Amino acid sequence: MGSVLKIILQRLALGFLTLLIVSVVIFTAVNLLPGDFAQSILGQGATPEAVASIRADLGLDQPPVTRYFQWLGGALQGDLGTSFAQANFASFTGTDSGATTVAQQIAPRFQNTMFLAMVTAAIAVPFAITLGILAALYRNTVFDRATNIFTLTSISSPEFFLAYILILFLAVLNPIFPSLSNIFEGMPFSERLEKSMLPALTLTLVVTAHMMRMTRAAIINLLASPYIEMARLKGLSPMRVIVKHALPNALAPIINVIALNLAYLITGVVVVEVVFVYPGIGQLFVDSVKIRDIPIVQACCLIFATAFILLNLTADIMSILSNPRLRHPK
Amino acid sequence: MHGISRRGLLKTGVAAGVLGLTGMPLRAQTRGGKLTAGLGGANTSDSWDGRTHSDIFMIASAHGSVFDCLTEVAADGSLKGELAESWEASADAKIWTFNLRRGVTFHNGKSFGADDVIESLQMHVAEGAKSAAQPIVAAISDMTKVNDYQIQFTLDSGNADFPYLMSDYHLLIFPAGQIEEGIAKGIGTGLYQVQSFDPGVRMVATRYPDHYKGDTAGFFDEIEYIAINDNTARMNALMTGQVDTINRIDFKTEALLKANPALRIQEVTGNQHYTFAMLTDNAPFNDVNVRRALKYGINRQEMVDKILLGHGKVGNDTPIGPANQFYHSEMEQLSYDPDKAKFYLKEAGLDSLSVDISASNAAFEGAVDAAQLFQSSASAGGIDLNVIQEPADGYWSNVWLKKNFSAVYWSGRATEDWMFSTAYESGVPWNDSQWGAEDSSRFQELLLMARAELDSDKRQAQYFEMQEILRDDGGVLIPMFANYVQAVNNRISSPDTVGNLWQMDNARMSERWSVA
Repeated sequence: MGSVLKIILQRLALGFLTLLIVSVVIFTAVNLLPGDFAQSILGQGATPEAVASIRADLGLDQPPVTRYFQWLGGALQGDLGTSFAQANFASFTGTDSGATTVAQQIAPRFQNTMFLAMVTAAIAVPFAITLGILAALYRNTVFDRATNIFTLTSISSPEFFLAYILILFLAVLNPIFPSLSNIFEGMPFSERLEKSMLPALTLTLVVTAHMMRMTRAAIINLLASPYIEMARLKGLSPMRVIVKHALPNALAPIINVIALNLAYLITGVVVVEVVFVYPGIGQLFVDSVKIRDIPIVQACCLIFATAFILLNLTADIMSILSNPRLRHPK
Repeated sequence: MHGISRRGLLKTGVAAGVLGLTGMPLRAQTRGGKLTAGLGGANTSDSWDGRTHSDIFMIASAHGSVFDCLTEVAADGSLKGELAESWEASADAKIWTFNLRRGVTFHNGKSFGADDVIESLQMHVAEGAKSAAQPIVAAISDMTKVNDYQIQFTLDSGNADFPYLMSDYHLLIFPAGQIEEGIAKGIGTGLYQVQSFDPGVRMVATRYPDHYKGDTAGFFDEIEYIAINDNTARMNALMTGQVDTINRIDFKTEALLKANPALRIQEVTGNQHYTFAMLTDNAPFNDVNVRRALKYGINRQEMVDKILLGHGKVGNDTPIGPANQFYHSEMEQLSYDPDKAKFYLKEAGLDSLSVDISASNAAFEGAVDAAQLFQSSASAGGIDLNVIQEPADGYWSNVWLKKNFSAVYWSGRATEDWMFSTAYESGVPWNDSQWGAEDSSRFQELLLMARAELDSDKRQAQYFEMQEILRDDGGVLIPMFANYVQAVNNRISSPDTVGNLWQMDNARMSERWSVA
């Protein structure tokens, strides 16, 4: 067990380094974009004086390296700063009381995104694994082919297209679910669930193929092993052979793929959130990139990167734990 | 437009109170129910601070529902009192006395009076404040509280439009001494009281009981404004009945909306216009004949048909539109005439002309296409336009006011003087044709005269002449006025006259519309 702990610590340290690199890359990238916050917020009114005054207020007139280390200094102490939009607003009123911090701004949005990710995972993971097992069981039949075609088509289509198809069939032609997912705080759980259903189904279509095909491939791979042959020779039913004997040994790659897809559910929801007007982190991210609001963009990217790092780590740990040979290395 | 009542009002502002009481001729409107609107133009950085407002979501929420201004522009374009009951001007239009409405309370129970007005207006000129309405308030040299319900404003120079300017959506009245709280929570005197506000997401408000507008306005029990910036999502929300009304409909899918019997489309032409600005202090645009050649080389109707898909009106190179008081609708229309273009080129001593034109869709949707249409129509007149597609990012700081000839978008202004003094007065920062005093002496002279003129007939003559000068000599090509187009579910009824000063019935749908 000690080795697992060592791996976790090692990976966390590496993860931290990754975050640091991500923050540098993002900071540089946003700075490379033409225009800055002052210009984009002022739009047509971007006279040189107005731009200079906002830049001075927000410290944008300092060299990028200085700004980066100021931000980093705060971030290391857990202070992600105040978004430019909020700070600029505070300078309107001449007080700091109106400004909410990045953390306060992101927290409710992040909760919403997590909620959507969980709803999707609750639908997509059992759905994909069941499909994968069935496809393995009835491999090379019409069912297998149809499942493959369906899932590959849905993963190959752009998300907004899937979203519109679902809206057409489930909201416009048959008004089963609302096309507007404007959930808010204090909304009853059942209503929240109903409103989140279309974005969740869209995301389900996007992530199913990967998980389903990995399940199918991992199981079929094992079906040629001698111990499966033994099980079959014992006269077990094909279903039992797969679920009891093949699946546990196929778990490692499946878990890996599930973890990757869960990370995608957190980071890849931008388009889906915009289409369904879902107030998650993706919308906030898009808005902030548009106005070059670096503190928010940084915070969002760090959250995305952290999600990837942690879920990858979880995947590795889970595959070690699910495999006795890795659990007890000689 | 119903110009008569507007003119009469300017002379005798006292009448405004009376008009406010009699109100618009409304159909029997039912009280109760809920209005759900899906609005584009929302930002996560939105707040209740009127100084920061620039787009429909906050204008409809604050100016249209939760807050009031001193005056209000009615749907027919006439001016009426909101928190002010009446007003009077001195003969030179420099001193304005406003009588405030009595018995008005803010949503937190505080009663309204002169202090609230003075403190709220001062926000716009506070040090470091970056209010778009700063020039309006900065022109007031003195605000004196005569008593709790009367204020005297002394202006730097006479301005006959002053009561109009007080209806500007930035100039919201907050409770004095509690302005910060008012901004944080949204405490105004409007018809609706904020229940919840999530910037860039949604706003919910309920009807304030015992409002001074009584039974004449604010018919819903509850309003919910949902931020939907994505065009398709907004259309879907309306089609599936999740919202009752949306702004800025997508022209490409307009046919689908029209085919739906439960919906109707509202369309008005206001002051919103798309332009091509020439820098008249640079060659070749310093020659008025070159400018005239270009005015005849542009096919305006084609632009309305192809760029606005018919949702607009041809422009006549004046920024004064149908929502303005002194709109010169009888003025002879400039039309496409390549021969005249050639003629004016010859007058300028040129056989042909070759100029760059800068455009980007940041200027307005379809600006690049518009520039290309212009290119092909102008070539028949011997003008060779070279279309340069500029990057959208930084367009307003790097191209506008800097490049010789560029595409621009203007939302227009409520008054002639405001529009002209923003973009046509010699020397102002946004004079995007750099129209100098020498080139435009008569125009600049009329601008100052009309500003302080209280006699509406004289003013009209002055503004008409100015519009003619702009059409003939001006440095800004204004090929089209873009309509405000919105769609409403038939569950909601709206008065026959829809405001054209701003989208969504002047952003006052919560005040004027009702459940059918």
